[in-house]
Formats: sequence, structure tokens, C-alpha cells
Amino acid sequence: MSEPDTNTPSVTRQSLEKLFEPVVRAVEEVGTLAQLGFSAFLWQFRRPYRVGVLVQQFEFVGVQSIFLVCLVGLFTGMVFAVQTAYGFRRFGAENLVGGVVALSLSREMAPVLTAIMVAARAGSGMAAQLGNMRATEQIDALETMAVSPVQYLIVPRLIAGTVMVPVLALLFFGVGLGGAYLIGVVLLSLDQGIFMDRVTALLDKRDLVQGLVKAIVFGYAVTLISCRHGYYAKGGAEGVGLATTRAVVWSVVGVFFLDYIITSLMTDVS
Amino acid sequence: MSESADSDGPQIVIENLVKRFGDRTVLDHINITIDRGETLVVIGGSGAGKSTLVRHLIALERPTSGKILVDGIDMASLGDFELSKIRRRFGMVFQKYALFDSMTVYDNVAFPLREQTKMSEREVKERVMTKLEELGVAHAVQRTPAEISGGMAKRVGIARALVLEPEILIYDEPTSGLDPVTSRTVDELIEEMRERFGVTSVVITHDMASAFDIADRVAMLVRGKIAVEGPPEKVMASDHEDVQRFVHSSAIDPGRLAQRSARKSPAEVRALRAARLAKGEAK
Repeated sequence: MSEPDTNTPSVTRQSLEKLFEPVVRAVEEVGTLAQLGFSAFLWQFRRPYRVGVLVQQFEFVGVQSIFLVCLVGLFTGMVFAVQTAYGFRRFGAENLVGGVVALSLSREMAPVLTAIMVAARAGSGMAAQLGNMRATEQIDALETMAVSPVQYLIVPRLIAGTVMVPVLALLFFGVGLGGAYLIGVVLLSLDQGIFMDRVTALLDKRDLVQGLVKAIVFGYAVTLISCRHGYYAKGGAEGVGLATTRAVVWSVVGVFFLDYIITSLMTDVS
Repeated sequence: MSESADSDGPQIVIENLVKRFGDRTVLDHINITIDRGETLVVIGGSGAGKSTLVRHLIALERPTSGKILVDGIDMASLGDFELSKIRRRFGMVFQKYALFDSMTVYDNVAFPLREQTKMSEREVKERVMTKLEELGVAHAVQRTPAEISGGMAKRVGIARALVLEPEILIYDEPTSGLDPVTSRTVDELIEEMRERFGVTSVVITHDMASAFDIADRVAMLVRGKIAVEGPPEKVMASDHEDVQRFVHSSAIDPGRLAQRSARKSPAEVRALRAARLAKGEAK
């Protein structure tokens, strides 16, 4: 008789705990990110300013991503041009191809795909490097030498991500539009003048602003999430592997989540 | 009065230190003081909590309860800005070297100087090369940590910890993985730092020879508690079971050497194996 009495509450509690576990974990995760982000925010204003490390990160995040971003941008623009031309030809509106591609590139494709490319290339690299530094006590060593690991490791990466992703997104936009031009004007023989005219007519300053705001937020989010997984990595080589995977997966999820938030805040559909 | 108390009193006081990771108690009410200029050697089996204990001294871990006072300042109460100020007085040698793998050996050793002093590059170079020469790794300056052997990496790690000539030095197994000759060089270096600069040292080691060479005091950790603490002779003579087992498992124990006479010679072992095989074939 006494057995169910002692078990019932614990079973209820267990199932409740299980039910709420994902919620608790998500709140914890946001807390960890906020803490790291806040700490990095404070440290970036303190001397010494580490210009050398920052330049290294600009090179790693930005310069080394140029080729990849151009490649993906070119194909994205070309695919979009083919698809819209196919769709719009049905009601004789293929002249709009340039404008529509420019619109979707600037508002969505350029910031989102650039952020995903940076997550895959630089974010995974950051998580692996920081995770390895954690596993081999290099982060502890920095602390014992009175150097803040947040200031030395996280701040330059965050700044580089936040600055370079918008720059890369602009590049993506330019190359993507070039790809669309190639398909539209060169391959499908649309009129060059009309193509460019539709681009300038449809594209508004607000579209470019929305794209840039997104790129800035995504750049910050991708580097923060990647740094967080590397910086707090646990347990040797396996932990570093796991950190790298999580960095990429959660960066990508974060990008799409934030994309929806920003889009709905900045777009007036009514 | 207070000034003399400041310079003569214990430099590090650990009071009732408890550390738990989840349900596991790693350090269980540790009380110990370390005087200025003293070398405390912490011995104990793997997983006894030695590394966790010394990591508390430099606030790499925060205690679950209890206090760590360094010159009267509670390390656990400091924010990261104050902490980085007090850490300038520490140097630490890590078990797995913890060299920055993105930098050369030279840059690794120069790092604390560049970060914490206003030395010119020429002065930095002089200091770095002196330290590397003392430790016999000056020929490897331009290599990266991945290109040097474990023993060399250890010595570079030691050079990096010593280069600022800090007040308090923490060594996490400084001689593990080193050959006996290099180990003694490291012991001499630890002694020299103490004699020349009056450094307070805390050394974790498994190397009993080294422990008894350099220790003013030895503390043995068993399952998160200090089992015995005192001058090396006292610890050697302790009748605590774990201490006896630990001390007498090391190569310097005469009793262990005596046991060797009972060891079977290779010829005897071969004879036994032959006999066993013959028996097996007969079956």
C-alpha cells in the first residue's frame, strides 16, 4: 500500500520534468548565449584593443569566404532567373525577371545564404578551434595569464562576424544579380535596358536596408552561437566534434528563426 | 604590526573548501595554509582531486562552499576584472602544457611579457631566450607546439610560467612525461625560483623522488580529503594505509627493491611457459 504512495509523486514529477525538459533546456541555452554576448559586449570596450587578432578574424571570416560566397551567389542568381523566367513567361511578364530576382536577393537570399555559408565555413572552424583550446586547457592558460579569454577570443570573432557578413551579403547580392543578368539578357535574350530598368524600378532603399539589417543580425548570431559551442565544449575530441556539429546546426536554425522575426517586424503587408 | 603580519603570515589560506560536481564531492572540507616562500607538494592517486584543488587557487574553479584567501583576498568573491589583476601574481604550469598552438614556441613564451609588461621587443627577446636556454629548448623557438616533442612542450610551458617571475607558482605535474634527467632539471628550477625570488609554490606530482626533493611540506589527498600533511619525513613515516601504499609503490622505496629478489628470471619464465605448453599438448 505504501509503495504507490511514495512512487506516485515522483512519477508525476518525473513525467512533468520530462515534459518541460526541452523548454528548460531552451531557456538555459538562451541564458548562456545572453551571458556570453553580454560579457563580450562589456569586454570590447576595455583596453587593450587587440587589433592584430581582429585583423586575423576579418581575414578568416571575410576574405576567406569571398570565393565561396561568389560561387553560391552566382548560382543562386542564375537559378532564380531561370525559375522566374519560366513562371512569368506564362503570363508574358518575363521582363520582370531582373526586378524580382533583385528583390528576393536583397530581402532574403543574400543575407540568409551568406549567413549559412559563413556558419558552415567560419562558424564550424571557430567552434572547432575554441573547443580544442578548451580541451587542451589553452583557455585556462589565457585566464591564468590574466588575459580575458572572452576579450581575446570571443570579441574579435563577434566583431568580425557582425561586420563581414553584411559585406559578404552585398557581394552575394551583386554577384547574384550578375548571374541573373547572364541568364536573362545573354541566354534568354531579354532586353538589357528593360531588365535593368525593372531592377531599379522594383528595388527600393527599404529592401536593401532590410537585407543589411538581417545580415548584421545573422552575422552576430552565427558567430555568437558558434563561439558559445566551442567555448563551452566538454570532453576531448568527441566533445569538439559535437560542438562543431551543434554550432552549424543551431546557427542555421537561428538564422531562419531570426529571419522570420525580422521579416515580420520590417515588412508591412497590409 | 599589520605590515609584518602581511609579509610573514600565510600567503594562501584554504578554509573548509568543498567542491561538488553534481552529486560527486571532489573536495571535502579542505583546510590548508601555504606560507610565503614555501613549496607545498600535493600528492595523491588519480582522481583524488589534486588538479581541482590547485585550479581553485587561481580561481579556474569556483568553490561550492568555503574560501580561498590569497593575501587575505577571497578569490571567489572577485569579479573577472579584479581577478585578472590578482592573477598577474600567479604562474601556472599545466599538465598538458596548454601551449597556444597557433603561435610559435617563441611567441608562446613572449605572450605573458607582451600582455602584462611594457617591455620593448628587445627586452622581451632577451628574457625569452634566457628562459628557453635555461630549459634547453632554445633551438626550437621558431617551431610550433605541434612540431615539438611532449617533453619539449612541457619545458616550454614551464618557461612560459616562469618568464614573468611571478610570486606564486602552481605546477600541475611538471615532471610527468619527462625523462629522469630532465625531471631533476625541472626540480632544480623549481628550487631555484624559490631561492632566487622567494616564490611560493604548489606542486602536484606523482613523482615521489621529486616530491621529497623539493617539498617543504607534503599533503596527501585521498578521495577529496587531506589524509596526511607535514614535512616529507613525517608523511613517509605516516601509518595511514593509503599513504603507505602510495609512497611505497614508488621506485625509491627500498622495500620494493628487496621484493625484486623474489622475481622470476626470464629463464624461469621461459621454463614455465614450456612446461605449460607441453602439458597442453599432452592433453
